[in-house]
Amino acid sequence: MRYIPNNAPVREDMLRQMGIPEIGELFRSIPEQLQYKRSLEVPGPLAEDEQLDLFRQLSEKNLDQGHALNSFLGAGAYRHASYLVADSLLQRGEFLTAYTPYQPEISQGTLQAIFEFQTFMTMLTGMEVANASMYDGASACAEAVLMADRLKNGRQRVLLAQSLHPLYREVVRTHTRFMGLELDTLGLEGGGAPGSSGRVDAAALKSALGDDVACVVVQQPNFFGVVEDLAPLAEAAHSAGALLIVVVNEALSLALLEPPGAAGADIVVGEAMSFGVPLYFGGPYLGFMAARDEFKRQLPGRIAGETVDTHGERGFVLTLATREQHIRREKATSNICTNQNLVMLTALINLTLLGREGLLETGRRNVSHLGYFRGGLAGLTGYRETFGGPVFNEITLTCPRPAADIVHGCLKRGVLPGLDAARLLKPGGGPPDADRLLVVAITETSRREEIDALLAALREEGK
Amino acid sequence: MSQEKTQTPQPARRPTGSFKHEPLSFEYPRHGHSGVAFRPLDVPEQDPARAMPGASLRQDGLERLPQLSEFDVVRHFTRLSMYNVAIDSAMYPLGSCTMKYNPRINETVARLPGFTGMHPLQPDGLSQGLLELMHILLEALKEITGFAAGTLQPAAGAQGELTGVLLIRSALEARGEHRRYMLVPDSAHGTNPASAHLAGFQVREVRSIKDGPAKGTVDTAHLAEMMDTEVAGLMLTNPNTLGVFEPEIVRIAEIVHAKGGYIYCDGANMNAQVGITRPADYGMDVIHLNLHKTFSTPHGGGGPGAGPCLCTAELEPFLPVPRVVKEGGEKDSGGKEPSYRLEWNAPQSIGKVATFHGNVGIMVRALSFILAMGPAGLREMTETAVLNAVYLRHMLKGVLKASTEAPTLHEVVFSDEGLATHGGINTMELAKRLMDYGFHPPTVYFPLTVPGALMVEPTESEPRAELDRFVEAIKAILAEADTNPELVKTAPHSAPRTRLDETRAARKPVLRWTPPE
Ligand SMILES: Cc1ncc(COP(=O)(O)O)c(C=O)c1O
Repeated sequence: MRYIPNNAPVREDMLRQMGIPEIGELFRSIPEQLQYKRSLEVPGPLAEDEQLDLFRQLSEKNLDQGHALNSFLGAGAYRHASYLVADSLLQRGEFLTAYTPYQPEISQGTLQAIFEFQTFMTMLTGMEVANASMYDGASACAEAVLMADRLKNGRQRVLLAQSLHPLYREVVRTHTRFMGLELDTLGLEGGGAPGSSGRVDAAALKSALGDDVACVVVQQPNFFGVVEDLAPLAEAAHSAGALLIVVVNEALSLALLEPPGAAGADIVVGEAMSFGVPLYFGGPYLGFMAARDEFKRQLPGRIAGETVDTHGERGFVLTLATREQHIRREKATSNICTNQNLVMLTALINLTLLGREGLLETGRRNVSHLGYFRGGLAGLTGYRETFGGPVFNEITLTCPRPAADIVHGCLKRGVLPGLDAARLLKPGGGPPDADRLLVVAITETSRREEIDALLAALREEGK
Repeated sequence: MSQEKTQTPQPARRPTGSFKHEPLSFEYPRHGHSGVAFRPLDVPEQDPARAMPGASLRQDGLERLPQLSEFDVVRHFTRLSMYNVAIDSAMYPLGSCTMKYNPRINETVARLPGFTGMHPLQPDGLSQGLLELMHILLEALKEITGFAAGTLQPAAGAQGELTGVLLIRSALEARGEHRRYMLVPDSAHGTNPASAHLAGFQVREVRSIKDGPAKGTVDTAHLAEMMDTEVAGLMLTNPNTLGVFEPEIVRIAEIVHAKGGYIYCDGANMNAQVGITRPADYGMDVIHLNLHKTFSTPHGGGGPGAGPCLCTAELEPFLPVPRVVKEGGEKDSGGKEPSYRLEWNAPQSIGKVATFHGNVGIMVRALSFILAMGPAGLREMTETAVLNAVYLRHMLKGVLKASTEAPTLHEVVFSDEGLATHGGINTMELAKRLMDYGFHPPTVYFPLTVPGALMVEPTESEPRAELDRFVEAIKAILAEADTNPELVKTAPHSAPRTRLDETRAARKPVLRWTPPE
C-alpha cells in the first residue's frame, strides 16, 4: 500500500526481530470468535488516477452554486469571495497536519493564529473575549444557551425568537432536551402580518420575561433578513435578570452593523463561514462564540492566551483549561474537544487579507447588490417585500403563488431564487402565509446580469 | 508537575531575528492597504445608512483592523506556519489521536467545484453526486464496524458521542424508562463523561482492575454491581485507552444488556480494529468514529474533524435527521437508476446535531482514503499500526515501564515508574526534551489511571528507521538526565519558544490584542 512505509519484507523483519512467528499473533488478545475472517466489502483499492476520475464523476453529478447554477440561496450559508492566498496558505503541511496545540513550544503558529482570530472576533462583535471556534453556528447557539443556563443557575426558561433560523432552533432543542430547560417562542411584531417590521416583538418580550428566564435568543439579521433593534431587547432582558444571546449567521453583516456588544449583548455566537469558507453542502463551517469578560470562565471550547517563555519572549498557550473536558470531565463547560481550527484559519487569512478596507467594501457591496434587486422588484407585479424593517443582504418576499412552485419554476430557467421558507418553518411556526415566503440572499458575488436573470425568472413565474 | 527552581547554565540563547518573532497582524503598520482588489461595481452604489433606515450602524469604523498587502499576508502566515511541528515534518506519536499521513490527493479531490460550491439547502435533485458519496461512505463505515445504520452528521468525536448517548436516552424514554445514570470507566477520555452529562445523565465511574495481568481493564465484578435498572448503559473505549482489547468484552456486553442497558463504544481506537474485528459483532450498540483519526483526514491544528455515529437497527429510528436515502438501483428495482434524497421525516429522531449535514468536506477526504486503501489495504493499515506500536514497546523494554503486562494493540502507555531515578525528571520533562530530538511528544498524563502516563501511538505511517530513532532518543534523554538533569528539565532548547508560563496565562488572562495605550 503506497501510504505505508513499512512494507511486507520490513514487517517480516520486525516480527522476526521480536520473535513473533506471524502478524496474526499480534491480535491474539482478541478472542478468536470475535475476529473478522472475511475481507471487508468496501470498494477499492484505487490508484491515484482512478480516484481522480471517480471523484470528478461524483462532483459532476452536482450542480454547484454560481458556476452551473445562478443561486440566491442563503439562509445561514452564504456565498462570498474566498481569496486564493487563503487556500494556498492553509495547505501548508505545518498548518494542515498539526494536532491541537497542546505542546505550545512547537505550536506557536496555530496558537498565534487563534489569538489573532479571537482578537478579530472581539472587534467585530464588540465583545471582550472570544474562543478559538465551535463546530458551527447552530451548535454554538446551543452551547450559548447551556452557558446562560449555568450562569443563571435555577432559571429554566429560554426565549427563542421565532425569527431565529429554524435549524438553529432544532439544534438547540436537541442539545437541551434532557437538560431540564423549557424553550419558549418569542413572536414577531404584529404577528408578522403583512407590512409589519419583521422584528422581534419587544412588547411581547417584556411580558414573557420573568425571574424564571435564563436568556433571550435573537438573531441579527434575523432569519427573514431583517435587522433587529437590539438595544431595547438587551434592556428588557437585563431588567428581568436574563442574558441576551445574539446569534449572527451572516457574519459579514458585522462589518457594517452596530456590534451586538455595543447594543448590550451578553453572549454573541454564530456562523462565520461568510469569511471565505466554501458552501460545501453545509460544512465544515465555523461556529464562533464571544462574550463579556466576566463570563470567560464559563465559555466552552478552546481559548488561546498570551504569556512569556523562560527567556521572557512573548508566546501563546491554550489557557483557562480548567473549563475543559480533559480536566473537568462531566463538570466541564462543554464536551467539545476537536473544533474547527483549519476553518478558523481560512476565515482568519481572508479577514487579514481583506483588512479594514476590504471588509467594509465587501459589506457595502452586499448592500448595493441587494439594493439593486429591490429596485427591480418594485417593478414586478404580484411580489412584495414581506416586512418593513431594514435589511442587509437578505430579504423575504411574499410571492403571488406558493414559494415552492416559484422555486420549482425558476429552476427550470437556471435560477435558484432563494429558500422556500415553509420548507424549514414548522406548520404554524412562521408568519401568516408562510408557504408564500421566499427568502432571497444577494451577496457581492452576484453579477448584475445574474440579478437581472433572477428578476426575469420571478416575473415569468409570478404570472 | 514539580516546579524546578534551580538555575543552570542556559544553553546559548537562540537567535532573535524577526524569524522567530512574527508580530501580530494587528501590530503591523497600517497604511490604508488591502490585500484584495475588487472588480468595478456593476450596480449603483448605495449608502448603507440610507439603504438600511432604522438600523444601528457601526460607529468605530473598524480602525484597528490590519491593513496589509497580499504579500504581507503571505509572509505573515508562512512564518507562523514555520513555528509549528506537524506530522508532515516529524513523527507525532500522540496516543489516542492517530496522527497518520494525510494523503495529498484527498486535498485535491475535496476541492472540486462540484463539491465546494454546493449549498446545503439546494434541492436534492441538484445534489445527487454528494448524496451518493455520503451513501457510499456510510455503507463502508457500516461494513467496517458491523452496524446496521448510522449518521455522518456529527462534526467531531465528541459530537458523535453526544449523538450516541442521546440515541440511548431516546430509546429508553421510548420504552418509558427514565434511567438516570451512565457508567464510564475511570480510564475513559474526558469527552465521554462530558457527553453523558450533556445528555442529562449522572456519571458513575466504573473501576478498572488495579493489579495483575488484567490491570487497567474493566472490573466486571464492579460493573455487575453497578449495573441496575437505573443505569442507561456503559460508555466503553475498546481497545481501552491503554491499548488493551477488553478481555471480558463479551461478558461486559452481557452484564449491561441483561439489565436492559446499552453500550456506547468510543471508536477513537478503531485503528487497532479495521478489518480485524467489528464492534457490532462483539455486542456494542452504538459507536462514534473519528474520520480525522482512523480515516486520515487532516487534524488541521485541531479540526475540522467528523464523528460519524453508527448503531444497531434497534437504535436506528432515533438517528438525527436528515438521513440520506437511496432509491432504485437494486437488482429488484426493475432497472431503475439509483437516486438519492434527504429524508427529514423521522418522528422518533433525536433531531439535528449540526446546522446542516455535518462536515461534508471531511467525508469526501475520508472516502478518498478508504478507496485508495481498499479492503486489503485497510487490513494492512491496522496490522502495521499494531506492529509499529508493539515494536516500540518491545524496543523500550527495560527503558520505560509499560503500564500493563497484557498485550497491547495500536498504542502503548508507559508509566513514570522508575523515571525519576534518572536525575529526578518527570514525564513532562522527558516529553519536552523529545522536541529537541525532532519529535512531537506523545500524549502525556492521559489516561488518568496511569501515573505520569506517556501514551505512544506511532500509527502505520512511521517507517521502522524513525521508530528506531525514537527509541534511541528516549535512551539518550535518560542518559542525559543521569548526568545533566537540568538540560532535560529546562527543555526544549531548540524550539521557537522555551517553556511557556501557563500559570501566568491562566491567572491574568490576556485573550486578545488591545491597542497600546
Ligand atoms: C478516546 C477518545 N475519545 C474521544 C475523543 C474526542 O474526539 P474529538 O476530538 O474528535 O471530539 C478523543 C480525541 O481527542 C479520544 O482520544
